[in-house]
Amino acid sequence: MNEYQLSEERVIYLIKEKRRKQMILIWQIGILFCFIAIWEISALLGLIDSFILSQPSRIWNTCIHMAQNGLLMHIGVTVYETLIGFTLGVVTGTVLAIILWWSSFIAKVSEPYLVVLNSLPKIALGPVIIIIVGAGTKAIIFMALAISLIVTVLEMLNGFQNTDKEYIKMATTFGASKLQIFKKIVFPYNIKTLFNSLKINIGLSLVGVIAGEFLVSKAGLGYLIVYGGQVFQLDLVMASVIILAIVAAIMYQAVVLMQRLVMKWYGH
Amino acid sequence: MVVLDVHKIEQKYQAVNGEITALKEINFSVEKGEFISIVGPSGCGKSTLLSIIAGLLKQTSGEIFVNGEKIEGISAHIGYMLQKDNLLEWRTIYRNVIFGLEIQNNLTPENLQRVIQLLKTYELYDFKDKYPSQLSGGMRQRVALIRTLAINPDILLLDEAFSALDYQTRLTVTNDVYRILKQEQVTTLMVTHDIPEGISMGDKVVILSSRPAIVKEIIPIDFEIENRTPLNCRKSPKFSKYFDHIWKELASDE
Repeated sequence: MNEYQLSEERVIYLIKEKRRKQMILIWQIGILFCFIAIWEISALLGLIDSFILSQPSRIWNTCIHMAQNGLLMHIGVTVYETLIGFTLGVVTGTVLAIILWWSSFIAKVSEPYLVVLNSLPKIALGPVIIIIVGAGTKAIIFMALAISLIVTVLEMLNGFQNTDKEYIKMATTFGASKLQIFKKIVFPYNIKTLFNSLKINIGLSLVGVIAGEFLVSKAGLGYLIVYGGQVFQLDLVMASVIILAIVAAIMYQAVVLMQRLVMKWYGH
Repeated sequence: MVVLDVHKIEQKYQAVNGEITALKEINFSVEKGEFISIVGPSGCGKSTLLSIIAGLLKQTSGEIFVNGEKIEGISAHIGYMLQKDNLLEWRTIYRNVIFGLEIQNNLTPENLQRVIQLLKTYELYDFKDKYPSQLSGGMRQRVALIRTLAINPDILLLDEAFSALDYQTRLTVTNDVYRILKQEQVTTLMVTHDIPEGISMGDKVVILSSRPAIVKEIIPIDFEIENRTPLNCRKSPKFSKYFDHIWKELASDE
């Protein structure tokens, strides 16, 4: 395209598109800025009770204070637990999905169990988990696993089962074994499904970890939130929630980045 | 020399409300280097027959011989090309072409050399590192054909292999494929619902009856043209004679 002179209409179109993108960004930042400003001002004017609703400047100060008092350790604990739960969930879930894909008999038999387990709010299992594995990091990781596992199994299995039948037939005509069909057709065909489930999973694992930390922990962002609530330090709660949001976004973006690299390698 | 011998093939389907006989005593044979077209009314079991020969489906009774050897199940002697090209989007053209060899654990230097040779001969070598989505429909079909030919089959089965293409592309691809098959001296059995396509490519046309299918007639096709191609033989006055004949045969069945 570069060799050609761009037509006038094209230039106008491109400028319009660029403007639109800029406007979206400006509005996004603007809304955040206004929100913080209104919050701060209403707290200063006494329109809202900053003791209950906190205020941006106090949250900021709390963050600074926390940073000097082991904030990194708390973030580290939460991230560590999430990553372990996430990895376990993805690996176990994928392995289970492979087994169910392999044997349609096992898949049929386990169908009602999967449906029930999927609709069960896994947090209800909290007390059971604590009693079985003890109140500690293990319970938190189990919680994360409980929340993410079934979703992974269902998502992956659905992807495997919806692999283009014609591809499988083609491989079969060459005499492919079931293992070859899985390795060379079904799995690569579902790379996108895998990453979709990773994206869902990273969020769910974090939900599980925070729920677990609410129940048992002595460290982590979930612990800070609960602790802040108990001692009525709403600044601490708000600061922890905001940091949690940032941590969650970073972890999600890491998965997106990984997806891009892998997809490129796979030639998508 | 007979490459493929189809002997008394019968196929019945069991359904809850009865038994359906799809194929009833199918007999024919294919000589080395021949191109045989199979035509028949829709639903007569043409594709079923091909699936049986390919080993994808077990026949109720009867036998299939390739080079005098009885075959059961999927055989490396048989290449099968489906309607869709089924190129794997995540593999480059080269890695798509070697797919069959890879499955059969047959990636020997000689075979790979042959693949390279095929790609070069049929103007695909420059695209070997591209992905399927970057190729036109006709080229994709050629890649699929080379993938099948790479395993060096004794006989090639084409199952409505061109019907997914638009008419224009279809004529070109048919011409291309025919040229490749004749040049590589591939013995071919093609199932089609398109009578002109069957005539334009076949050395013989096998006409099946409607269900339960039997072989009604086997017509030898000879246009007496040197360098016959699917395109130039369509202009021959004999073309419409063959067409009328087959048409009547199929219609008398209704």
